[in-house]
Amino acid sequence: MDLILVNLIDGLVTGLLLFMLSAGLTLIFSMMGVLNFAHASFYMLGAYFAYQISMVLGFWMGLLIAPVIVGVLGALVERYGLRRVHQYGHVPELIFTFGLALLIEEVVQFIWGKDQMPYSIPEVLNFTALSIAGNAIPAYKVFMIFTSVAIFIALLYVLTRTRVGMIIQAALSYPRTVEALGHNVPLVFMGVFGVGTALAGVAGVIAGPVLSTFPGMAVVLGSIVFVTIVIGGLGSLWGALVASLLIGWITTFAKAYNIRMEDILTGIGFEKPLEMSENVFRDLWTITSPQIADILPYLLMVLILVVRPYGLFGKRDA
Amino acid sequence: MTTQTVSRKTRAPLVSLSAALPWLIATLFLLVMPLVFTSNSALTIMNQMAITIVFALAYNMLLGQGGMLSFGHAVYMGMGGFMCVHVMNYVEDFSLPLPLPLLPVFGGLFGMGMALIVGSFSTRKAGTVFAMISLGVGELIAACSVIIVAFFGGEEGVSGDRTYGLPVFGVEFLHQIEVYYLTAFWLVLSALLMYLFSRTPIGRMANAVRDNPERAEFLGYSARWVRFYSFVASGFFAGIAGGLFAINYEILTEENLNLATSGSILLVTFLGGVGFFFGPIIGAIVFTLLQTVLSLQTEIWQLYLGLLFVATVMYFPGGLAGVLMMHTLPIRFGKAGLLVGPYFKTLLPALACIFGAVSLLEILFHFRHAALGDEEMTLFWVTFNSHSPLPMLIAAIATVAGFWLARRGAPELAEAWHEANTPNAPQGGAA
Repeated sequence: MDLILVNLIDGLVTGLLLFMLSAGLTLIFSMMGVLNFAHASFYMLGAYFAYQISMVLGFWMGLLIAPVIVGVLGALVERYGLRRVHQYGHVPELIFTFGLALLIEEVVQFIWGKDQMPYSIPEVLNFTALSIAGNAIPAYKVFMIFTSVAIFIALLYVLTRTRVGMIIQAALSYPRTVEALGHNVPLVFMGVFGVGTALAGVAGVIAGPVLSTFPGMAVVLGSIVFVTIVIGGLGSLWGALVASLLIGWITTFAKAYNIRMEDILTGIGFEKPLEMSENVFRDLWTITSPQIADILPYLLMVLILVVRPYGLFGKRDA
Repeated sequence: MTTQTVSRKTRAPLVSLSAALPWLIATLFLLVMPLVFTSNSALTIMNQMAITIVFALAYNMLLGQGGMLSFGHAVYMGMGGFMCVHVMNYVEDFSLPLPLPLLPVFGGLFGMGMALIVGSFSTRKAGTVFAMISLGVGELIAACSVIIVAFFGGEEGVSGDRTYGLPVFGVEFLHQIEVYYLTAFWLVLSALLMYLFSRTPIGRMANAVRDNPERAEFLGYSARWVRFYSFVASGFFAGIAGGLFAINYEILTEENLNLATSGSILLVTFLGGVGFFFGPIIGAIVFTLLQTVLSLQTEIWQLYLGLLFVATVMYFPGGLAGVLMMHTLPIRFGKAGLLVGPYFKTLLPALACIFGAVSLLEILFHFRHAALGDEEMTLFWVTFNSHSPLPMLIAAIATVAGFWLARRGAPELAEAWHEANTPNAPQGGAA
């Protein structure tokens, strides 16, 4: 029971981190119809900028400044890159963001090199917040949970309760009408793109110390984020939340409990073959759940796409 | 009805000389190349080029002709290759009479089988959804390759020996040159088949579905099935490329399946140009050369490649082939000569700007990442101290001056371009 609680918390941390990325991504998608392939690259930039700032001004200033820089960069990319490519259609837009992801990775390697950065947890948070049956929960994890929840609530408040949020929501569905009413829709788009990338930047700042800051961190998380929003349904914020938490918990539990395929198969009633080395299905028999934890999201995605092509919360024509 | 009969009467013969000529020239070219470049490394590069061309053409069946952007196409090439290595080993163990030149067929069939399975659910939608599914499936299979050791051989991959069987007409495929002709044969054959596919009704419908799926549906075609057929055909040719890879390198690993390989084929195809059949061919040749030459010269060649790619997407969405084909109109009007002067005036400074920027980057990179105390670097055949400000200053000046001059020449080029693309004043009547 206690172990379940610990795993629930671990999964929640992973899930909320994923959500911070997928929320921005899905917001950008529902607005412009373009999936920002470079989204995880902005997450990486967030971590690197925060590291660089924390060297001089400390962690907290990094948390404040780095996302702003990332957001401004994102807005610039939208203004001078995406808007230009937009005229050619959605596929070139996707290719553009893909190229951008490659480019950002190379630029990061150019500036900071290929090694991992010594970006670490601030001293203030480097203690055990609580322990559950001997399993320590670091304060930093609690901090991560609270930060992401706070950001989510703030986002929800802005989107649903303020005038700016209303305009954004309207611009999502009826950009022409909103433009006719006198609002600067391209500016709104640029702003949302900037905020979305800034969110990814925040995720990078707080994930950098625990998931390590290295040039491959965008690739590691990048495809999982896409899987998340495909599972949740493209363009659905709630879907992104549910799918993020789902993936967080599934991978955490698969890693924590060593479920062996052998037990499942014998449980169903199969006989384990005596001679394993030449058996075609030998790999199937030796699979354990920690081994496949990282590919479970992809499996889940394929399954969901076969059963429900538009994702969990997606609309029919998303 | 009358138009139909007329067109049937005046129809050109099945294979006209002008249509066959490029193919004949290309074949001749492929036959002669090894006589010009005889070294083994040149043959290796040419083999690599040929494989990349087949793969890029297969990829363009999706991207260029079908409008489907795939982020996981390496899977079909990789699976075909893995299958070929297994067949190779199987034939060797049981000494079956299967000649090596037929091996790529197995790769193709297996790639096609994979495409059948994946395509059954991924081709329902084009565009973003298709791209995401292809990415997910690609990552899934790449990750599986480490787990399913029986087929993928785990981290070290699977390897075989191409000289397994009986000699085919006395050829044992021990030498690079024999492998080269085998690869070249498959290159011509599969390129021709892919070209012919694009001329069939289903290939034409793929274009229609790419441009306007709704309208194609109103014509009575199921957009989904049209996409599915293209996808399966593309899987087949990607599998053939995989088979050629297996014959050339005799080893396949996880690297042949992962996102990096899928991404690089997108890069190749897009750089070459997706709008024309021969675009990916140019792309594959240029990319392989760039990769070979640049990676020997500089450590940050991938940065240049990324910059080139992003610049291509932003400014030349037609790729290299698009840029080349832009000049057909001026040539047809006989006005191409007008462009030469402005081209020199703009492109020479632009070149200076690029060289300057490259030098800046190289100096900076050396400054930051070279071993401690190593302050000497050689760039463009000049050796200097990377820590002294003078080289950086020269590079910066070249960059800025080149940029300024190129900008100044740009309006003139645009003018000349406009002029060259306008037909000569028509006899009477408004233009």
